[in-house]
Amino acid sequence: MTAEAAAMVQEAVTQESQQVLTFTLGAESYGVDILRVQEIRGWTSVTRIPQAPEHVLGVLNLRGSIVPIIDLRRRFGIGEAAFTPLTVIIVLLVELPGGRREFGLVVDGVSDVVDITATNMKPPPEIGGRVDGAFLKGLATVSDAMVILLDVDTLISKEVALVAVEEQEH
Amino acid sequence: MSFDLDQFHEAFFEESFEAIDGMEAALLKLDLGAPEPDLINTIFRTAHSIKGGSGMFGFNDIMSFTHTLETLLDELRGGNMDLKQSSIDLLLKSVDVLKGMLHAVQNKAAIDAQEVSDIQFELELVVAQGKKGSAAAAAAVPHAADKASALEPQVGAVPRWRIEFEPDAGFLAQGNDLLGIFTALEAFGTLVAELDATDLPDLEALDPERCFMRWQLELESDVSRDRIDEVFAWVADECLIRIESMPAAPDTAAEDSSLIEAVPTTKAAAASPVADDPVRTSSTPAGGDASSIRVSIEKIDELLNTVGEVVITQSMLSQMGEGLEGSVSERLRSGLSQLERHVRELQESVMRIRMLPISFVFSRFPRLVRDLSQQLGKKIDLKMTGEQTELDKTVLERVGDPLVHLVRNAVDHGIESTERRAASGKPKAGTVHLNAYHKGGAIIIEVSDDGAGLDRDRILAKAREKGLIDVDEAIAEDAIHDLMFLPGFSTAETTTDVSGRGVGMDVVKRNITELGGYIDVTSTPGQGSRFTINLPLTLAIVDGQSVAVGSETYIVPLVTIVESLQLGRGVSNRLVGQGEVFSFRGEYVPIVRLHELFDVAPRTRDLHEGLIMVVEGDGRKIGLFVDDLLGQQQVVIKSLETNYGRIGGISGATILGEGTVALILDVPGLIRLAADHLAAA
Repeated sequence: MTAEAAAMVQEAVTQESQQVLTFTLGAESYGVDILRVQEIRGWTSVTRIPQAPEHVLGVLNLRGSIVPIIDLRRRFGIGEAAFTPLTVIIVLLVELPGGRREFGLVVDGVSDVVDITATNMKPPPEIGGRVDGAFLKGLATVSDAMVILLDVDTLISKEVALVAVEEQEH
Repeated sequence: MSFDLDQFHEAFFEESFEAIDGMEAALLKLDLGAPEPDLINTIFRTAHSIKGGSGMFGFNDIMSFTHTLETLLDELRGGNMDLKQSSIDLLLKSVDVLKGMLHAVQNKAAIDAQEVSDIQFELELVVAQGKKGSAAAAAAVPHAADKASALEPQVGAVPRWRIEFEPDAGFLAQGNDLLGIFTALEAFGTLVAELDATDLPDLEALDPERCFMRWQLELESDVSRDRIDEVFAWVADECLIRIESMPAAPDTAAEDSSLIEAVPTTKAAAASPVADDPVRTSSTPAGGDASSIRVSIEKIDELLNTVGEVVITQSMLSQMGEGLEGSVSERLRSGLSQLERHVRELQESVMRIRMLPISFVFSRFPRLVRDLSQQLGKKIDLKMTGEQTELDKTVLERVGDPLVHLVRNAVDHGIESTERRAASGKPKAGTVHLNAYHKGGAIIIEVSDDGAGLDRDRILAKAREKGLIDVDEAIAEDAIHDLMFLPGFSTAETTTDVSGRGVGMDVVKRNITELGGYIDVTSTPGQGSRFTINLPLTLAIVDGQSVAVGSETYIVPLVTIVESLQLGRGVSNRLVGQGEVFSFRGEYVPIVRLHELFDVAPRTRDLHEGLIMVVEGDGRKIGLFVDDLLGQQQVVIKSLETNYGRIGGISGATILGEGTVALILDVPGLIRLAADHLAAA
């Protein structure tokens, strides 16, 4: 009963506003739900994985756990990333039906943590682009700039499915 | 408010399976002549707690079945029935059915209702027959009579109950309703109450709040004992109650005899069959050892991860300490070396948490051998030693099936028939011996028998017949045994229920190899054979050789490495459709360039500059071309599948001293991958 009430309160809160970590990728600004973010760390070189899709750079050791790292630029097809001192890895923790998964996203730089209310979040326009529409949660305006909100659960579950398909082919 | 019971289901199943194993073990230990009361009690309690648990979770099929089982056990426990071989067989079958039901419920599958009701019927039949045989005796024992009353309703006379009711002095002060008790009893039938007021003092001394009276009640009613207990349930602590059933015909002599046998316990009002068991407190409680706790394997792995990190940090600090100079650095270094020692101890302790004694696997064999020997009509003694030898839980879980296969084989093929044994002057009963011990960093498990030994000629003939070797191919004496590990080899002339269901020794060998171990066999004709399994203590650690390819480091498991060598010029050849090969000890071995397979930029592409590492997997050899060998070390295996997925040719990853990740090669997978690669090229 209390859990339900708490969930309802939680629901109401998330409907009203949501904290989002924003980061840059090329010219665009993206955002992910802050509750999914495990940690942010500087770029270090990774161990390559054979037969991996091009955008999977390799794996890193994160406190004893082996975490795959995805180059989001390559994933979204927006040019090659230059690894600068500003390049960071955002480590996400998502709960998927198959269990918890940790993934790292390589982005150009982390910008800010902002509150986004339900009212200033708009659905993405329905025109096919390079970024699969399923990854997009919506578009929001934060201090006159557009932030593309990513649905990381879908992003990661597609990634996992991709690996499973590759595995079958081999 | 409803609870989500699902979260407790797993614990219930886990405990029940453990309890059933215990039950089976106790059943096998039962001695027909003089069954130990303690053992029967243990079995009874197990059945009872499974019944309780399944009732709580609403698994009614299981509850009803265990109830029937419990009834039979109760009869055995009470000594109302003699223990027969057939009863033990039936009880063992019931254990199997119970296991099946639990598995079905756990996997939300359908229960085999036919089988369950068959066994349940048999159980009821045994209870009823046992009763009939001793019906006269049972009637004389009032304790059993109330239970029997349900099965054998006495026709004609109305049964009577005699109740002695003696309230404590403080009975009324507690606010108990004396009149209510009498009214309730009267509702069951005719009640005759006789007041004994001899303790009643003079009026001046009378304390109106104290109770000085006691009653003798006679109740003429066919009500059950439980219902009467219920009436007194609320006041059981504040009075003395004796309830006895009396023969239907009022006979003073019979009354006296029943008085002596009466159970003068008020606590029986709790109506639990276990509660009136006098031995209960003295025997070990069900549910196992109180000094152990149940911890999920994930928590231990988390701990192991953290410890692994501490090891890396510590080695980093040690490296930094090496570079320091001055008087402080000396003290720092001694502190660091102390830290290193402690961290190592810590890591070993955590590893040990995952270790379990091999008795968890061995415990299933007494039953298996018993059933098999009955089925085959052989007499077999099973000897088990070294049951307390510990090994990693993951290894433990996966070594069970291969061992079952070996034991089945030993019983079915190894031990000869009783007649043949007698003819060759051996003791009638064959011996199968299971032994486990530690040797170096490995655990050795032996399965040996004193049977006829392996028939070399038959193995050789079979291998030729199946086309596994050429007809005129000469095989060295000691290599003949290895033939039976080849896929497609099975010597069983006829496919029996016991062995030869298509699972051959090759599967046993593969399972063992997958665990990073190996299996050997020795055999002496006429004296028996011995299979020796050598397994690593844990799957969490592997002995590996680090190799470098370009900027990447890979770990090759040491057990797969045959030899590392540098090729001279002109020793390798390019074969059409076969890629490159080189001659290695008289056979041509294909060269696999790791940099090509994994698409890494190597330091050298020249075969003579790098190194060839000959590795073996699934009986095939390849020459793995790498840049350089780095060093040998024990590495902790991490799963790639937790966050990513399976990768062909890679079995896992590990973290190197400097904190970077290195991939561990899966040699059999790598050989398959190389074959695919070649076919695609």
